[in-house]
Amino acid sequence: MTPKKKRRLAFAVALVAAGAGAAVLIVGALKDNVLYFRSPTDVAMKQVREGVAFRLGGLVEKGSVSHGAGANVHFTVTDGKSAVPVAFNGVLPALFREGQGVVALGAVDAAGTFEATEVLAKHDEKYMPPEVVDSLKRSGRWKEGS
Amino acid sequence: MTGELGQLALCFALALSLVMAGAGLIGARADAQQARNIANGAAMGLFVFVALAFGTLTYAFIHSDFSIADVANNSHTLKPLVYKISGVWGNHEGSMLLWVLVLAIYAALVAGLQRGGERLTSGALGVQGLLAAAFLLFILFTSNPFLRLDPAPFEGAGLNPLLQDPGLAVHPPMLYAGYVGLSAAFSYAAAALIVGEQPVRAGWARAARPFMLIAWIALTCGIALGSWWAYYELGWGGFWFWDPVENASLMPWLIATALLHSALATEKSGAFRTWTLLLAIAGFSLSLIGTFLVRSGVLSSVHAFASDPTRGFFIMVLIALAIGGALALFAWRAPSLQGGAAFEPVSRETSLLLNNVFLVAACACVFVGTLYPLVLDAVSGTKISVGPPYYALTFAPIFFALLVLVPLGPRLGWKRAELKPALQSLYPALGLAAVAAIAVLAIVSPRGLAATGAFAMAGWLIGASIIDVRKRKGARASAFAAALAHAGLGVTLMGVAGTTAWRSEALDVLSPGQTMTVGPYTLRFDGVTREKGPNYVADRAHVALMDGATVKTTLLPEHRFYPAEGQDMNDTAIRTTGLRDLYLALGDDRGSGRFTIRAYVSPLAPFIWLGALVMALGGLLSLWGRLRVREPEKNPAAPAQALAAE
Repeated sequence: MTPKKKRRLAFAVALVAAGAGAAVLIVGALKDNVLYFRSPTDVAMKQVREGVAFRLGGLVEKGSVSHGAGANVHFTVTDGKSAVPVAFNGVLPALFREGQGVVALGAVDAAGTFEATEVLAKHDEKYMPPEVVDSLKRSGRWKEGS
Repeated sequence: MTGELGQLALCFALALSLVMAGAGLIGARADAQQARNIANGAAMGLFVFVALAFGTLTYAFIHSDFSIADVANNSHTLKPLVYKISGVWGNHEGSMLLWVLVLAIYAALVAGLQRGGERLTSGALGVQGLLAAAFLLFILFTSNPFLRLDPAPFEGAGLNPLLQDPGLAVHPPMLYAGYVGLSAAFSYAAAALIVGEQPVRAGWARAARPFMLIAWIALTCGIALGSWWAYYELGWGGFWFWDPVENASLMPWLIATALLHSALATEKSGAFRTWTLLLAIAGFSLSLIGTFLVRSGVLSSVHAFASDPTRGFFIMVLIALAIGGALALFAWRAPSLQGGAAFEPVSRETSLLLNNVFLVAACACVFVGTLYPLVLDAVSGTKISVGPPYYALTFAPIFFALLVLVPLGPRLGWKRAELKPALQSLYPALGLAAVAAIAVLAIVSPRGLAATGAFAMAGWLIGASIIDVRKRKGARASAFAAALAHAGLGVTLMGVAGTTAWRSEALDVLSPGQTMTVGPYTLRFDGVTREKGPNYVADRAHVALMDGATVKTTLLPEHRFYPAEGQDMNDTAIRTTGLRDLYLALGDDRGSGRFTIRAYVSPLAPFIWLGALVMALGGLLSLWGRLRVREPEKNPAAPAQALAAE
């Protein structure tokens, strides 16, 4: 082999090795570290396992928000068909409102309560998280322009 | 009147961009001096008319001309002047016009500097002209900022309060200067492929280097500003969320970094010729993909202005043509390129090769993490999100491996080098790394492997940079520039590790007079007052930072309501010592004067952005060195030597 070919080969080998390495890391990390999006109906149909983190999206049920001791807060997320009780210890986002869209990150405990570690609300009055729109459409509660 | 003037200016700009494209591409041939003159003139004209259109829109925003739909939808008479101006690009139409303005500025710079000779410049202008024409068509047909409203409303709808912030006023122009700066590198690369003759095309990497540097500096600053904004505005104390929108700006940065290093090898020793061309194409392609992801509404975020499907489709076609065209040109012409110069396994070239391999791999991880959820949703309807744990397992180890090698590269000579003296000169840096690791293990709790490793790495990087600056007195600006940029990486790394490992957090509901503690601080809540801002009303909490029984200082986190936009916003209060941030956010009202208060103590948080600033300074120094020393471009000595070596 000429030095030039050798160098070409080395370049190709380095790239392939790096590609393979990155692919192994990516596939391994994707297997266990993605969060699925679930609607309250999915939760009611037992599609989630206890303790496995996922994102729950829907509307904050009207009249369901209650404050506990300290910064504890409880509310219910609904898609019109099913509802899931949510417990959260933290500051709710500024745009959190009853009757409006919300996405919460967390897992369901043994009692069936969704223990949220993070609560996200929509960014502004006009904007609804697309996942929430989809889940409302699936449950037939989505009205255009609402 | 102003609206029509802007519209007319855009039409002229479109015509000029087409002239520039045609004349520029013809001017890449040897015997077309006339065409080259036309392309240069068209570049200047394009800049003038796009600037006129942009100025017109800015004028309409400043004077709240609500007969223009874009102004009515995104502005308000009560907004402070600075946000009336930043509102110009705080919406889809205006931001696209800003994009074209930046493109026109770069085209004028390319034409004015004439780097790399007349023919290469002309070809680059031709490609810039094609890009400008495509974006101007996009603006005129799908996103016209000068559309009229009849009758004109009395008041505008206002601007998303999240965007009414000094950081975010500067963030988009910065980021666009970076994104579009990569278009200049892209155009030079395409021109090098279009121009057939080797002596003409050989100097493209050197010619494009200032543009690569400007793009990289702007991207670095733009990303840092965005992250700083997220830190103080979102109220969660975090600085990077691996949000797809953030990733869309990180990917071009990673490739631009790789490009800067690879182009250096191409320029100095003639190695990686084809690879550098491919990187230049990839960098701008990722900028375009980033713009598409961010602007099309595919991703839900503050950045998603457009939800109109024709816009998304148009951008997609534009991307496909730009990337597909460039890659086709590459496939057709690259085989005719002469192969790169040879080098030994231990050499500067090998270190730059590894730099590129790691950066591209890191970018691939971000790419998959960003696009996999979108693809999965489109294919199967399954909705997932990919969060920080994924990046901790993929991006972090790859980037860490890259950092280990950073100090070695500048110590190795071109073509053939010895590893031993390079390592020996690094002993003090190794010592500093060990000291940093021991100090972290001995002093700070909780102890953590990741934090220890990160501080050792920071010591390694900064130590090596200090050696560089001390030992190479009288060396060229570029050596100092590299040392500075690499040290900046170390500083940012310390900030990231410090906040991630040792941040303390407290959350409490307080009545006036009650206290809470966070980290070493004691805070007393002194109640909330109602304040009136220019276009908002705020609940302002008075929180006293106590030193025993005396009040050291008072922090004022706010909760703002913007009536024009009907939106709520948090305004955090941050007190920094330079080494440690005390960070307060006001939470919800629990009635009878009680409020939720969230407090963080983030050690070394300011280092995150300080490091980015140091990196950007390194880039500026390198740029200054380039432009100050008028290198003999007519006599391409380095490429000629490289040719001879083959």
